[in-house]
Amino acid sequence: MPFNPFVIPFNIGLYFIILYVVARGVVWFRDLPRTDKLRMQRGFFGRPFILSIKEIFMEGLIHRKIFKVNPVLGYMHMSLAFGWFLLILLGTIEADIFGEKHLNPPYKAIFFRFFNPDHGTAGLAKHYGFLMDLILALILSGLLIAIIKRFWSGIVGMKRTANLKFLDKVALTSLWLIFPSRLLAESFTCGAYGSGSFLTGSLGTALAGFLPAEIMAYPFWWLYSLSLGTFFILLPRTRYMHIPSEMFLIFMRNSGVRIGDQYGSCADVQIHACSSCGICLNVCQLSTSADITNIQAAYFVKGLKREDDVFDIALNCLMCGRCDEACPVGIELGPLRMIHRRAGDPPKDTMSIWSGYLRLRNQNIQDNGESHITAFQYLKPQPVKKGPEVLYFAGCMTHLTPGIPIAMRKIFEAAGIDFDFMDKDGSVCCGRPLTLAGKDREARELIRNNSDAIWRSGAKTLVTSCPICYKIFMESYHLDVEVLHHSQYINRLIEEEKLKLNFLNKSVIYHDPCELGRGSGIYSEPRRVLIHISRLGKSNHEKEDALCCGGSLANLKIDRRKITDIVSDVVEELTLSNPDYLATACPLCKKTFGKADIKAGSEIKDIAEIVAMAIVSEPPEAIELKKRTKLEKVSL
Amino acid sequence: MARNFGFAPIKGRVIDFDRNDKRVFEYVLEREPSFALCIGCGGCAATCSAANFTEFSLRKLNILIRRGENDEVRKIVDRCMLCGKCTLVCPRGVNTRNVVFLTREAFEEFDNYAI
Ligand code: SF4
Ligand code: SF4
Ligand code: SF4
Ligand code: SF4
Repeated sequence: MPFNPFVIPFNIGLYFIILYVVARGVVWFRDLPRTDKLRMQRGFFGRPFILSIKEIFMEGLIHRKIFKVNPVLGYMHMSLAFGWFLLILLGTIEADIFGEKHLNPPYKAIFFRFFNPDHGTAGLAKHYGFLMDLILALILSGLLIAIIKRFWSGIVGMKRTANLKFLDKVALTSLWLIFPSRLLAESFTCGAYGSGSFLTGSLGTALAGFLPAEIMAYPFWWLYSLSLGTFFILLPRTRYMHIPSEMFLIFMRNSGVRIGDQYGSCADVQIHACSSCGICLNVCQLSTSADITNIQAAYFVKGLKREDDVFDIALNCLMCGRCDEACPVGIELGPLRMIHRRAGDPPKDTMSIWSGYLRLRNQNIQDNGESHITAFQYLKPQPVKKGPEVLYFAGCMTHLTPGIPIAMRKIFEAAGIDFDFMDKDGSVCCGRPLTLAGKDREARELIRNNSDAIWRSGAKTLVTSCPICYKIFMESYHLDVEVLHHSQYINRLIEEEKLKLNFLNKSVIYHDPCELGRGSGIYSEPRRVLIHISRLGKSNHEKEDALCCGGSLANLKIDRRKITDIVSDVVEELTLSNPDYLATACPLCKKTFGKADIKAGSEIKDIAEIVAMAIVSEPPEAIELKKRTKLEKVSL
Repeated sequence: MARNFGFAPIKGRVIDFDRNDKRVFEYVLEREPSFALCIGCGGCAATCSAANFTEFSLRKLNILIRRGENDEVRKIVDRCMLCGKCTLVCPRGVNTRNVVFLTREAFEEFDNYAI
């Protein structure tokens, strides 16, 4: 049998989706900035291409990262993706070897059993048939999990939230129908011809026992073809667009293309690459501690895909970076949120069915005619002391925890450093809170004022106590001085043996502040300092997996009571081992921790405060002696 | 006549609660209910980073917004650096930064779509 009309829906769908994906890829590429285009061109002929193939296999098909986090979810994704891939690959080979000729059109492979109903009853073909049945069984088991998951939410992955739109429902139904209808179609055909292996063969025999298998098979072949065709045609409108997008994203990332700070091609690819796996939901403390369950990355991305108004969602987030770290697809979730914070409230217009296929090319910041009058004209150049070795910038938050600057002063003095306390009379804010609120232009004014003071001082090193300031100093200040967080600086003083410290026999748990850890990648220096002076233990949330204290300035919308909920959970979790000190390296973390009930015996300390306690003070007799010798010299 | 006496009667400063413009207040309160909790203690103003350099008091701003003195509010609301100190010290748990943020947003909104 060379052809049968039932393959038409499948053919239409297949050629449509191939053309669509290619066209979409071309548009994505075309909209990239020139430098990124060059990167991708170079990547195509080099290592990035090979790396991408490997990564697509490991992540796109096997879903290794999802497996690590949640084996059931991983199995589901793997069986569907890898199983389907194998089915297509081996099916094509089967049709090529056992079919009537080589190089068949795709439908010959997909509907192989229909065109060769009595195939595979003996020899190699039989073993091959067994393999094909096995793969089909693998896919069906994954599908079963997916169906259970949808109706019995909460077992794996995402909670069901917004109602699916009509088209999504059709797409989902067609996806679910694909493999069961294949199973039934093959089984009936096998039943009628006495072929097939353990799955299709035995089911077919059983069904043929009481049903007219020959007649029953045909409608199911139609159903199989129709569901494939429908699924392919609706794919761009549904989350399954993540399959081609993820491949594109992997290659993009390996070639060195990053999302940047404006909406563009790369952001569009990333949005579409989200598979709605839901892993980001379980790591978000807003959902686990504060019962805010509509703002997580998965929902944010979903909203973007549907072109909903996501401005409030974009703002209601701690920007702690835990979801960035967890996302198995590697979507740059933090920067994506920042793009939408900057863009502000979008003009509201309705979306048509077509916009899923043909998206608006640009959603960048429009110049809304806002006045360009500067907001901070009142800031005068800050008075500075010329030429200190080190300039110390405490930061606004540090002024709320006076223990930290006092400790820092003590440390500078003990190490004999010539330093100047830049903001001792109150800080001009570093600008990071404004940046996080999407107000870059205003933040620039503060940056300019502070930069000017830093330049004029002529210091070689700038030390800050606040990770929030540290991050913006590193990212947006373009200073020609070395910027260090105080934990790095103290570590250096210890290594250079400028600071003599006692060993305090205290147990300490260290909490990584978000902006310092995940935000700036500084994990080892604070630990080295603490190991030097105390018994540093381990909590269940170290380094990349650190929790957020909940106080983050990035969330403008959160209710203060919710912050208390979060921080109570965090402190409880971190003080499980009853440490003497719960150490952190951020004034905001310290201040926020103060809101929680702290177990008797544990104390919240900044790393600088612990170091200051460990400073070897010269014994009083020595000081006495020095004074006396001085006096004697004078009197002589 | 008045000049002859060397002093003048003070211009009346009466706030007419029936006629003043409460749109900004309502806009903010609807989106940030904690705004209603402010007791005017002034803790925020005492710690304010901006107040260190210019005349700016969040407590006063809160009162002006409530009274609907929007021209005054517009003049000073941009001075805030959103640094967040006030939010941390407020004894009533007012999300002060969001109050400032929403006030600015309200002005943008009302300017663009004059009601
Ligand atoms: S953002 Fe990442 S982790 Fe979250 S649902 Fe999408 S793919 Fe999964
Ligand atoms: S950045 Fe943190 S608070 Fe925001 S969605 Fe991700 S995990 Fe949740
Ligand atoms: S600290 Fe809080 S309660 Fe006191 S005036 Fe400021 S906003 Fe109002
Ligand atoms: S956020 Fe604004 S009002 Fe509050 S302390 Fe900082 S500068 Fe002052």
